[in-house]
Amino acid sequence: MTPAIQEPILRVEALRCYFPIRRGLLQRTVGHVFAVDGVDLEVPASGTLALVGESGCGKTTVGRSILRIVDGSAGHIWFQGQDLMALSQEQLRPLRRAMQMIFQDPMTSLNPRMRVRDIIAEGLRSFDLVKTNAECADRVASLMTRVKLDPRQMMRYPHEFSGGQRQRIGIARALAVEPKLIVCDEAVSALDVSIQAQILNLLRELQQQDGLSYLFIAHDLSVVRYLADWVCVMYLGQIVESRQTEQLFADPAHPYTRGLLKAAPSIDPQNPTVTARVQGEVPSPANPPPGCHFNTRCPEVFDRCYTEEPDLYPVSGGGTSRCFLADPHHVPTPR
Amino acid sequence: MNEALLDISRLTTSFPSEVGRVSVVDDIDLTISRGEVLALVGESGCGKSITAMSILRLVPRPGRIEGGCIRFDGKDLLSLSVPDIRAVRGRDISMIFQEPMTSLNPVFRVGDQVIEAIRLHQPLSRREAAARVVELFQQVGIPDAEARLSSYPHQLSGGLRQRVMIAMALSTRPKLLIADEPTTALDVTIQAQILELLKELRAKFQMTILLITHDFGVVNAIADRVAVMYAGKIVETGTRLQILSEPLHPYTAGLLSSMPGRAERGKPLSEIPGVVPSPSEWPAGCRFSTRCRRAFEPCHTAVPERQHDVNAHEVSCHAVSLGNGP
Repeated sequence: MTPAIQEPILRVEALRCYFPIRRGLLQRTVGHVFAVDGVDLEVPASGTLALVGESGCGKTTVGRSILRIVDGSAGHIWFQGQDLMALSQEQLRPLRRAMQMIFQDPMTSLNPRMRVRDIIAEGLRSFDLVKTNAECADRVASLMTRVKLDPRQMMRYPHEFSGGQRQRIGIARALAVEPKLIVCDEAVSALDVSIQAQILNLLRELQQQDGLSYLFIAHDLSVVRYLADWVCVMYLGQIVESRQTEQLFADPAHPYTRGLLKAAPSIDPQNPTVTARVQGEVPSPANPPPGCHFNTRCPEVFDRCYTEEPDLYPVSGGGTSRCFLADPHHVPTPR
Repeated sequence: MNEALLDISRLTTSFPSEVGRVSVVDDIDLTISRGEVLALVGESGCGKSITAMSILRLVPRPGRIEGGCIRFDGKDLLSLSVPDIRAVRGRDISMIFQEPMTSLNPVFRVGDQVIEAIRLHQPLSRREAAARVVELFQQVGIPDAEARLSSYPHQLSGGLRQRVMIAMALSTRPKLLIADEPTTALDVTIQAQILELLKELRAKFQMTILLITHDFGVVNAIADRVAVMYAGKIVETGTRLQILSEPLHPYTAGLLSSMPGRAERGKPLSEIPGVVPSPSEWPAGCRFSTRCRRAFEPCHTAVPERQHDVNAHEVSCHAVSLGNGP
């Protein structure tokens, strides 16, 4: 289903998203949180790009800026030949049909007072995709069947379903308007293991059947390894490594990625060791350290990291790493 | 390993439901040897936290312990008087939770909270206790320990808050530490730091740990033995290696093979069909029978007996035959 080389369905260029910090009676802006600080990424058509990172790294803000749920401060978001950043909310409306979102917690993202039928049908109605109530019920029933819910339960309310079933409702709602791109924000993180596998299988099936593209925002590396074609690792508002999935896991280039992989517990009984290579805590995104943003925690830090900000340098085999170790002009200095 | 520090037998704890009282922890047996890390693993609602609460006799109302015996260090915890069980809590058995923000009081400085916990069990002056807290904070890797005494919980990151909780739990040198999902709310690099800390403390103080978790990765990183829980029952017990490399119960095997870490890219993940039933819908017979691919006739009517092999690998399943009874 996935063609080898194709135009990406979504291209993000130099996206920045700054939130003002306001203080005092007059609510003066005293600084900014650099939530997203120059992000470039491409989601392959009918493929999956994973955006991984720890809490506060800006991955969710990237997802939300793409859907213009939050407005980015600068940059371009190319989707279906148009720059979403340059469009008004009015002009954006027809494009919204092509982009949908699935959230982490289906309980807070489904209106508790709406019946499942109305939740799933909301998009159908607002884009005038159905004419009559009967047609609407038919469409809802077939969507529920696709996500493996019982259509006879369409008159129920969200609280009558389990967590996994609620996530299926969220997926059916997204599918209703026949999108091309779905932003999945931690879509399986809150689910139990046995349910997580069901939802991951469903997402994969839907992708194969409809040629959907996913921007998959996650922190769980094993999920990302299983599902994604390409991975971008974020740290403090920036992408620090962007690689094809197998290559990233086989030979991570950035010290942060290496630290993440060493820290993630494996279920291989022969390999129980978890190593905390990355010490300390993430600095505040309102006040990132000068030089490389990772220099306060990097196990491989050297002098240059404190004075210069690294670029994204190409890595052999494709992809990039934001580390001087990947800089072709880098001269290793003995410490 | 030597004799048991904690020996739970036939523990049953119930909660009311629409269909009468349901045993959310149903007739379970569990032992932990001194110096051992035992992981109690299961999905949400399986009863693993209620088991921990039962040990400390902190089951929230309207839940209640129906029966069984919990022997801890020569005492029967279920028959202790209220003052006596209070003395056990925090002194002999300490507990840390998933979300330290909800277990720390937001309006008091963290130093004062730990000082109070120490003075509750030890006759120390405030100043002596404060010195002890600084020492504890250093032990659990809180940088700038002295200055941190006067921080409020919200001024600390999640990882530091968990370290404060661990410091508080260690303050009385407990014999048993119960850790309920201690790293679940933390980022993976911080989780690795806390796991390393727990391993270090364990080696230093020969601490016995009951670890409650849903994450087999965490189990693999730290546990010696594992008990797998499903719908109020312990379905399988074994060493870390036994459980992770040769699981016997179809539920354990199903959980492990549904994890994406073991799957090949692009291939479907193996699923456990259906959903975890709520306690009022637990089936008769084996509680996993409604979702089990290996279920056959007796599974729907008879509760499976516990069997064990020569290596003390225990399982309760009709479809598995180890050639001996309980």
